[in-house]
Amino acid sequence: MKKTYKIDVDCAACADKMEVCIRETPGVKDAALSFMTLKVKVEFEDDADPAAVMEEARRRCKNIEDEMEIFL
Amino acid sequence: MKNLTKKQKSALQRIIGAAVLTAALAVLFRFWAVPQFARAVFYLAPYLLVGWDVLRKAIHGITHGQVFDECFLMSIATVGAMLLGEHLEAVAVMLFYQIGELFQSIAVGRSRRSITDLMDIRPDYAYLQAEDGTLERVDPDDVEVGTLIVVRPGEKIPIDGVVEEGSAALNTAALTGESAPRFAEPGDAVISGCVSVDGLLKIRTTREFGESTVSKILDLVENSSMKKARAENFISRFARWYTPIVCFGALALAVIPPLVLLLMGRPAMPLEWIRRALTFLVISCPCAVVVSVPLSFFGGIGCASSRGILVKGSNYLEALADTRYIAFDKTGTLTRGTFTVSEVLPAQGYTEDQVLEYAAAAESVSPHPIAQSIRAAWGKEVRTDAAESVQEIPGHGAVCTLDGKRILAGNARLLQLEGLPAPAAPARPGTVVYVAADGNYVGAILISDTLKPTSAEAMTDLALQGVHTILLTGDTQAAADEAARMLQIGSVRAGLLPEDKVAEVERLLAAKGRREYLAFVGDGINDAPVLSRADVGIAMGSLGSDAAIEAADIVLMDDDPAKISLAMRIAKKTLRIVRENIGFAIGVKVLFLLLGALGISNMWMAIFADVGVMVIAVINAMRALRI
Repeated sequence: MKKTYKIDVDCAACADKMEVCIRETPGVKDAALSFMTLKVKVEFEDDADPAAVMEEARRRCKNIEDEMEIFL
Repeated sequence: MKNLTKKQKSALQRIIGAAVLTAALAVLFRFWAVPQFARAVFYLAPYLLVGWDVLRKAIHGITHGQVFDECFLMSIATVGAMLLGEHLEAVAVMLFYQIGELFQSIAVGRSRRSITDLMDIRPDYAYLQAEDGTLERVDPDDVEVGTLIVVRPGEKIPIDGVVEEGSAALNTAALTGESAPRFAEPGDAVISGCVSVDGLLKIRTTREFGESTVSKILDLVENSSMKKARAENFISRFARWYTPIVCFGALALAVIPPLVLLLMGRPAMPLEWIRRALTFLVISCPCAVVVSVPLSFFGGIGCASSRGILVKGSNYLEALADTRYIAFDKTGTLTRGTFTVSEVLPAQGYTEDQVLEYAAAAESVSPHPIAQSIRAAWGKEVRTDAAESVQEIPGHGAVCTLDGKRILAGNARLLQLEGLPAPAAPARPGTVVYVAADGNYVGAILISDTLKPTSAEAMTDLALQGVHTILLTGDTQAAADEAARMLQIGSVRAGLLPEDKVAEVERLLAAKGRREYLAFVGDGINDAPVLSRADVGIAMGSLGSDAAIEAADIVLMDDDPAKISLAMRIAKKTLRIVRENIGFAIGVKVLFLLLGALGISNMWMAIFADVGVMVIAVINAMRALRI
């Protein structure tokens, strides 16, 4: 399953870190983030619950850079 | 200034405030001798004003195990400078760093906006007509398939559908980049995103909003920056390694040279080496390079879409820049895919008009494209003695009576059937319709698929860009050769079935060089397997054909082959900008790292170089928006 989320992040390098962070969240198969459109497209594992996974991804991203946001 | 976000405005206010304060202090301390310690306290005010958020983020980073965060590094560099007594430098570094960040944020915001403006095709509403004739404004998402919607002059068609009432000139510029209007009348299928210029249209929707052309196109362009190019992945990897390497470099610079000097029995000058190490940290942020690369690609993709060229990913733009071979389908790609009368050959004693009038009479009721093309070429009222006299003979042609004469129009077999000798066929490709009246041969009409007006120009342009062109067609050798000759296409493979085309493309893929790419251009419906097999699949979008938009990597919204060379020029320009930025930014950074290590450049120069590189790289990237 794939879902697209709006995000907010200040710099391009932080956006790259955020993409890696989301991709490494358990339950996420792949993630593609665009700093230019401020969107991230997340592909979930088949048995994952997107809402819970994204909550966790958001928490992880906040650890790196607390001024970023994923709009769930 | 009025376009700034709240965040940017407050950053700007802080920068101006801190700059004024710093300048005032710098002047003040010229005339007022105060001890170092007091100076530090005074300078702390502008320093904290402009840099408190950097310090806060740095602390957040440390407490969350993110050591190589650029905020942390900027904090170390400036706090270090403060401790070394270089207060003014510390404030200046923070000030310029923030100016750089603000500039970057404004530039990125502006380019985001200008691309959204280019793609300003999202309809915000649809009008439904209520029983009593009043219009109700609704969200296009809520309109069900089969609903009658009303589009007033000057408004966008929000949802794909068929015109039921009214007629109008449609402006398709937002979709195709072409300003020539198309006309829509009852019965015509219209696609969302077009603007009705002058008429009121009532449209029966045939799709949901989410499935409509306009939504699909927006989706496609917005997702395109997620398919990253090799250059983007390279720069991400670079950024991941650059900061740690520079930091360890700084640490080494602060520790090793003093130790070595100490062992050699010379003065160690630890403060000088720490100062140099701090200069390193100022240049440690990779953001300038990292932002300029996706910005360039985004600009290139935006520029292309404003010309009716939809690129599905940065990676395809990158591949297109290095495309050396382009294989073309013929029908519908280089030709119009519709039949027109290309030549009328009257027999001795007859005129062209007579041939056409007779043929049009015989073909007056047939819905066949060939019959339509004859009637279109005649262009006047079609007369027959009686509608019942028209008779179609399947596989042969048609007969009728006109002015008392028995008219035949059809192929050579029809003439033979009627006992007439078959005349010699014209030695040109196309379909021939023979015409006879009362047993006398009147003439022949040659009907062919005409080349698009821009096909020849497109091929010349591609040849000038060093591209080898190849024609792959299911058509006959004669028709293919003729087209190749007129368009000056290098090589031709005719009589191919769709699977032969795949095999041919695979052969070409195997033969090309490693850094060369092959593109295939087709009309998207029968060519889907080839489009996906080629490095870059380019489809003629024929205004709304789903299959084409689905299968291809690049879609030409107005089916114009000349857009291929334009797309290549945009791609090449974008890639040139990307390479310039990568080379320039990394070059300057390495240079200033060296100068910093040698003690030639100080913090002032380092921060100027760093912010300067970013400003230049971003301005350069914005050039990709224009061709």
